[in-house]
Amino acid sequence: MDDAIQLKYTVSPEDFTRAGEASGDLKKVLKQIGVSPEAIRRVSIAMYEGEINMVIHANGGEITVYVTPSQVKMILQDSGPGIPDVEKAMQAGWSTASANIRSLGFGAGMGLPNMKKYTDDLQIETVLGVGTTVTMIVNF
Amino acid sequence: MTVNDLISSGIFELVNEGDQPEAEIEKLFCCDLLSIAMSRAPSGCAWVTVMGNMNTLAVASLCDAACIILAEGVRLDDVASVKAVQQGITVFRTDLPIFEAAIAVWDRLHA
Ligand SMILES: Nc1ncnc2c1ncn2[C@@H]1O[C@H](COP(=O)(O)OP(=O)(O)OP(=O)(O)O)[C@@H](O)[C@H]1O
Ligand SMILES: [Mg+2]
Repeated sequence: MDDAIQLKYTVSPEDFTRAGEASGDLKKVLKQIGVSPEAIRRVSIAMYEGEINMVIHANGGEITVYVTPSQVKMILQDSGPGIPDVEKAMQAGWSTASANIRSLGFGAGMGLPNMKKYTDDLQIETVLGVGTTVTMIVNF
Repeated sequence: MTVNDLISSGIFELVNEGDQPEAEIEKLFCCDLLSIAMSRAPSGCAWVTVMGNMNTLAVASLCDAACIILAEGVRLDDVASVKAVQQGITVFRTDLPIFEAAIAVWDRLHA
């Protein structure tokens, strides 16, 4: 990762006016360096879902992205409540989103399944009451 | 059919003219759940939805949707209106239900 471009984003909690900004910016950067539309699409889906999860489930956090000519690595770190049962959380349709959040269009329980489906690697480290770190890799 | 053609057809009220009026509308997509839309909305689609908040705009922009059509009389909320201008996304609105709004575009796509 010596020649990697490093990008850092702060995701604010419960701030839907800015939610998606990090994903939008990353998409712009990948476009500028000529990454294929198909790979950009996969990165955008994964990054957006991860970013939104930090906003709605974890009081925001920090995202660090490393971009090389052959891959994108996204590390999403929050100090939220943690995920009690990761296996369950990974199931399509499983969601703890509140009625309020659902009324915005979230809560299908498809975010984590999307992140899994569109990345080449997804790792979730989570400790209850401490936080969650999601690491995703998309190879071009 | 381009976004411009849809604007001139006058079948929907134009809420915001985006910065890619020449974009070709290639497909139609109907969905209100964002994480399904995020993974399924084809690029270049006209996306018909009843979600008029700023997350719809974020997803449309990430998916390269050609335009958004708000159905059922839904309006963009204030924050979303500002975002639509900032991001240069074309947004229409109509009182028609989702299905009828989509069919109206479909008929023009396949005319
Ligand atoms: N960073 C996180 N911190 C704590 N809990 C999380 C985090 N990410 C996901 N979860 C938990 O995992 C569940 C499933 O997440 P997933 O993204 O698949 O669905 P969702 O966010 O509820 O709905 P959708 O993403 O479809 O809008 C969430 O409802 C939440 O309980
Ligand atoms: Mg989610």
